[in-house]
Amino acid sequence: MNAVTMTIAQAQQEVVDEFALFSDWQDRYEHLIELGKDLPLIAPEKKIEENIVRGCQSRVWLNADVSTALDMTKRIHFTADSDAIITKGLIALLVRVLNDRTPQEILDTPLTFIDAIGLREHLSPNRSNGLSAMMDQMKRYALAYSSKS
Amino acid sequence: MSTKADTVTKKGYDVEELRAQFPILKELVHGKPLVYFDNAATSQKPRRVIKAESAYYATINANVHRGVHTLSTKATEAQEAARETIRQHINASAVHEIIFTSGTTAGINLAATSLGQLLLKKGDEVVISGMEHHSNIVPWQLACERHGATLKVIPITDSGEWDLKQVPFSDRSRILAISHVSNTLGTINPVKKLIAQAKKKGIVTVVDGAQAAPHLKIDVQDLGCDLYAFSGHKAYGPTGTGVLYGREELLERMPPCQGGGEMIDTVTLEKSTWAKLPFKFEAGTPHIAGIIGLGEAIRWMQDYDLDAMAAHEHTLLEHATKELLTIDGLRIIGTAKEKVGVISFVIEGVHHYDLGTLLDQQGIAVRTGHHCTQPLMDRFGVSGTTRASFACFNTIMEVDAMVAGVKKGVKMLR
Repeated sequence: MNAVTMTIAQAQQEVVDEFALFSDWQDRYEHLIELGKDLPLIAPEKKIEENIVRGCQSRVWLNADVSTALDMTKRIHFTADSDAIITKGLIALLVRVLNDRTPQEILDTPLTFIDAIGLREHLSPNRSNGLSAMMDQMKRYALAYSSKS
Repeated sequence: MSTKADTVTKKGYDVEELRAQFPILKELVHGKPLVYFDNAATSQKPRRVIKAESAYYATINANVHRGVHTLSTKATEAQEAARETIRQHINASAVHEIIFTSGTTAGINLAATSLGQLLLKKGDEVVISGMEHHSNIVPWQLACERHGATLKVIPITDSGEWDLKQVPFSDRSRILAISHVSNTLGTINPVKKLIAQAKKKGIVTVVDGAQAAPHLKIDVQDLGCDLYAFSGHKAYGPTGTGVLYGREELLERMPPCQGGGEMIDTVTLEKSTWAKLPFKFEAGTPHIAGIIGLGEAIRWMQDYDLDAMAAHEHTLLEHATKELLTIDGLRIIGTAKEKVGVISFVIEGVHHYDLGTLLDQQGIAVRTGHHCTQPLMDRFGVSGTTRASFACFNTIMEVDAMVAGVKKGVKMLR
């Protein structure tokens, strides 16, 4: 199964299984840092003020493009970046799980994997790393595209 | 996290005895002993302070200055005893010069609102410095906006000190609002010198003492300032407490900012008259439990030698500075000669958020970001720093743990 044929729930489970291999925090974070380094960068022309999701500590850029298939199914393609590498690793996971899904599936599936892999603290508003704001923004894009016929 | 070695860093300074008084230091974070280096954000509290605050609720909880009943009398006496403790601690000349606030921010907002109304006219100027906390910038911007005045800024040198050759005093300067100690850089500023210059020009002086109160002996008469604000929670006291000291003659002229109970003398539907100092500035029920806890925190500090605490923190600062500078690409922001135990740094190729996260995983609490001093970050051309800030209970071994943690983090991130 490739990422697109999986459901969001399946993709989340895959991330959880992947992180279950790590026994301590250091391995977990090293993996996250690697993911961050591997994240395909957002196109430079999309790294603009309007695409910034503001955080106090680190900044996140998020861009969404929609494609419509022959059967009229819409899928959202996200690209993103951050100035902090751990935030970037988390973004890479979010993009992997949510990328090229239909707006409806994004709206219908709760995101539980960040909690399940023990990284919930990064979603705390206290971190102000832009991540929880980014998740909200992804849902908002999905909502916007689901209502546009 | 400490050994006998720490206890001899300063002769007669028993850091273990001090640590035993802070219940929170026994907590584990991510399964590791807590190393708490975020004291400039808020310090931890000794057991005596926690007990004093809860004892108020458990035994004498009642509103102050109102009841004729016994509990109210006891609560009032306990609160007013705290006021006297603070008066004596900062050497104010009269107890009614001590106004209780919810913290430094509230104190400066009171000062800016009231002084703005009293002093500022169109075209007047308020002078601050480029290292101020947002709490000592924004209230003055608001006041300037309300009265058509302008904010003028003392520039900051590369070492993180005021450039005293470029103090923008003019014949329109009305207020000088400056920090005693920088929260981001740790710089101890020459406030007394600048206040003396301001006074000669008839400028009213306001000092943000939030970062000085936990580390320095404050003598408001010696400093010669008109107003001095600090927080309780950064000086081993409860959150939600603070003090605004004001020179009596000025406080008498300043209008109140908040109306309500406790601050009035008489009220008719046409006109009210104000209560005496300090109550004119203390509308509503104060944070009685917190104030009692703050009084206890000050008494606790006085039972030790504040100079010895400062010397110990200085030893930690020197050690941290020396060890951190061995890390490749690390730059310390704030290299003034006179500093409290605060060290801010950036590392080439490492984002402060990432470093803070990896230190947290190792049980080490530091602060990362702009520390509510964005103009200062701009001055140094950085988006944020990692900041370690020490208190009397920290140890050399903890500093070593942090340095090792930073090295590990850098290795992971590069």
